Amino acid sequence: MRKRAPLDLTRSVITAIGVTLLAYVCLRAALTVVRGSYSATTYASQLIFGLAQGGIYALVALGYTLVYGILFMINFAHGEIFMGGTYVGYFVIDACARSGLLAQKPGLALILTAITAMATSVTMAVLLERVAYRPLRRAPRLVPLITAIGASLFYQYSFRGLFGTTVKVYPDVSLHVGRIDLISGRYSIGSLTVRPVYFVVFGMAVVLMAGLYILIQRTKLGKAMRAVAEDKDTAALMGIDVDKVIVATFALGAALAGAAGVMYALYNKQVTHTMGFIPGIKAFTAAVLGGIGNIPGAMLGGLVLGVVEATFPTLLGMDVQLKDVLAFGVLVLVLIFRPTGILGEVLSRKRA
Amino acid sequence: MYRLMNRSHSHEGIRQACARGALVGLVLTFVALIGVFTAFATIYVVRGVLSLSQVLLALGPLLAGRAQKAGQRLSWREALAGGLSGVVAGTFVGLLALAVASVNMRAVLVNATPQLVRTLTFGLPLGLGVISLVGFGGLLGAAGAGWVHVPSRLRFSVALGLGTVVVLGALRQNGLAPVLAAVVLALVSGGAWLYKRQWQELQTSYELFRRRNESLLAVLRWPLALVFLLAVPYVLGTYGTSVLNLVGLYVLMGLGLNIVVGYAGLLDLGYVAFFTIGAYVTGLLTSPRSSLGVGLSFWAAWPAAMLAAMVAGVLLGIPVLRMRGDYLAIVTLGFGEIIRILVLSDSFKPILGGAQGIIEIPGPRLGGFQFVKPQHFYYLILLGCLLAVIVSRRLADSRVGRAWLAIREDEDVAEATGINIVKYKLLAFALGASFSGIGGAIFASWLHAIFPNSFTLLVSINILSLVIVGGLGSIPGVIMGALVLVGLPEVLRAFAEYRMLAFGALLVIMMLARPEGIWPAKRVREELRRG
Repeated sequence: MRKRAPLDLTRSVITAIGVTLLAYVCLRAALTVVRGSYSATTYASQLIFGLAQGGIYALVALGYTLVYGILFMINFAHGEIFMGGTYVGYFVIDACARSGLLAQKPGLALILTAITAMATSVTMAVLLERVAYRPLRRAPRLVPLITAIGASLFYQYSFRGLFGTTVKVYPDVSLHVGRIDLISGRYSIGSLTVRPVYFVVFGMAVVLMAGLYILIQRTKLGKAMRAVAEDKDTAALMGIDVDKVIVATFALGAALAGAAGVMYALYNKQVTHTMGFIPGIKAFTAAVLGGIGNIPGAMLGGLVLGVVEATFPTLLGMDVQLKDVLAFGVLVLVLIFRPTGILGEVLSRKRA
Repeated sequence: MYRLMNRSHSHEGIRQACARGALVGLVLTFVALIGVFTAFATIYVVRGVLSLSQVLLALGPLLAGRAQKAGQRLSWREALAGGLSGVVAGTFVGLLALAVASVNMRAVLVNATPQLVRTLTFGLPLGLGVISLVGFGGLLGAAGAGWVHVPSRLRFSVALGLGTVVVLGALRQNGLAPVLAAVVLALVSGGAWLYKRQWQELQTSYELFRRRNESLLAVLRWPLALVFLLAVPYVLGTYGTSVLNLVGLYVLMGLGLNIVVGYAGLLDLGYVAFFTIGAYVTGLLTSPRSSLGVGLSFWAAWPAAMLAAMVAGVLLGIPVLRMRGDYLAIVTLGFGEIIRILVLSDSFKPILGGAQGIIEIPGPRLGGFQFVKPQHFYYLILLGCLLAVIVSRRLADSRVGRAWLAIREDEDVAEATGINIVKYKLLAFALGASFSGIGGAIFASWLHAIFPNSFTLLVSINILSLVIVGGLGSIPGVIMGALVLVGLPEVLRAFAEYRMLAFGALLVIMMLARPEGIWPAKRVREELRRG
């Protein structure tokens, strides 16, 4: 980035504030650990939860990053796409629970739910791209951003209008492998209570991310996506159907969000039409933290944010109610001190 | 060969007509399932004859039939294609009615009620209702196709007459009596038909009159407007004035956001934060029961509220100086949420009251006069708005305004021409925030109590919507936007339920069709048309 003279003073002030803040956070955390007010098991269980939550953030963050990598715009309605999949997934899993399928073949029921959720999210995202983004690809930057906000509101209140305002609760699922209940079980190992669901969620997230990575790096579609991200016009000249690649990108991100939604609902249970907002913002934070437009960055950012959110309230002795402030704080701090994120370099510099 | 081509051409036509009908049918199905028809079924446009939901239902096939390429004259083919579109749209709605009537879907779709079926089938038996839906769809579709070929003078007058009847009927309790509706239709349409031609002359003569008496009008314009504004609360009564007060507060805040978004081009989604700060500072300073307990008067508190908001604006502004549009949007969004969470949290409960908020905030007092009624607050809000309008106008035309414009257009170029970006961006944030702070101060003293739940993200979205729908950078646009987006849902209570949904759709539609807003600033319009 070029240097701008008038900004130097403010920048150094900002840097000073930031360094002080960071030092304070480290000191406080170190003090808490040294003082030993919490046992190691507390940290361990927080870490496990944080990794699961982080996996969800990472999956949603990939949707932001994929779209940003290609269109250089923030898909503001991505949180709603996450919500839509989860919401419609609820109806499937609820129907399975009523018909007894969930009790007899929980694996099949979960797969059905996940497929429906992913299909819903993909439909929503493709519709969104077609109606709200495609006609505005060459418009001033503010314009698609505003349609995105509009679309986000529209989706949220459509779900409210269609399905009502009552909170839906995902039914309990028991998926036994051997003697362990993978979803609803709680097991004590010494003083540590372990819920296998967190491992399952984290594992699934890793599998999906690995799948995405292979898709991007090894397949023809992935190659086309990388080409379009590099340069749309040149890609078009090489015979790539840019529109199709963009739709595929939206669909891919949405499918991950839909899958993430079902996993999220397996342990958070409650589904409402507003549930997409906070995870959406946090996933965006994760994407920025890792370096927006950078796929491994989104994965890393999600995991880091999940762990930070799970462990910092105790480390810093913060009020748990202020947990959400933490994520926003991280977002602001990252944007101020390292707008390119942890791994992001190439893309952000080009278009920042 | 020719015949073959012709046939494939007509196949194309049929397919397009069906597709159009299907699209409209899907939209109508969606509208039905979110409950609009059910909610509007009891709002009569013409008492006992025509409800608002029927008007909406009829509008679908009419539009489906209309939206096709028209030839020189109405041909059979066009009418048939229009009719086909209408039939398809009607079939969709009919199938929906059948499905809702035969399968109980209420567990999933809350609005799939028997009432919906009754509304969709006009209260007829199911079979007959569905058949009439399809039939009416066809007729209306054909009528829509024919509509383009009606002479423009007649078209204009009939549309105006029908529109007037619908608006008047919907606003009036129980709608217009049939006779009255007929009279209104006849009068408005007839009048418009007779005077369509004279309208042009009327305009030119007004133009002439205006030019001849320019100096007189210039002197009279502002006093006349002022007298009108001062007299409004006496005409509207208590309820109307309360609605107007709300509109006024939104105008005040909209003008503030307009400086940030419209002039300087900085998309701020956390604008409600400054409103919150203004309200809480006022509450803390004036309420005797607050943690400060100083119990100052409103007049001492509002400058403090404004200042606090300004400081917050600058504090938010400094870190985001370098950020691009979309990052800025999310960071400001985060800022708004942080303020709300902090205000709501238990950690700050001893100071800010947590979920209980701050109560017993006294109203303003002027000598021995106590502001109590909405009418009293109306004048306070009016004063604030006038101030905001004057400040906005003077700034927009000044050196500062031009600097903002340059920054909005291109930051790098602006900086290269010697504009101090830091100074002007922070100025925009501070000024925008200060309007909102004043709005918060008035809000707190008007309601006598503030709770964190009044300060959600939706307020920011509301303000942003009205600024954008009105027209970015346009002062009359902001006022229009507030009247339409804030005033109308308050008056049309049944609509309030769908307000946010409509805002969302409106934001998308405006950006697609008319990005400059309904009352655009001249410069923005040119720029968006070009870009």
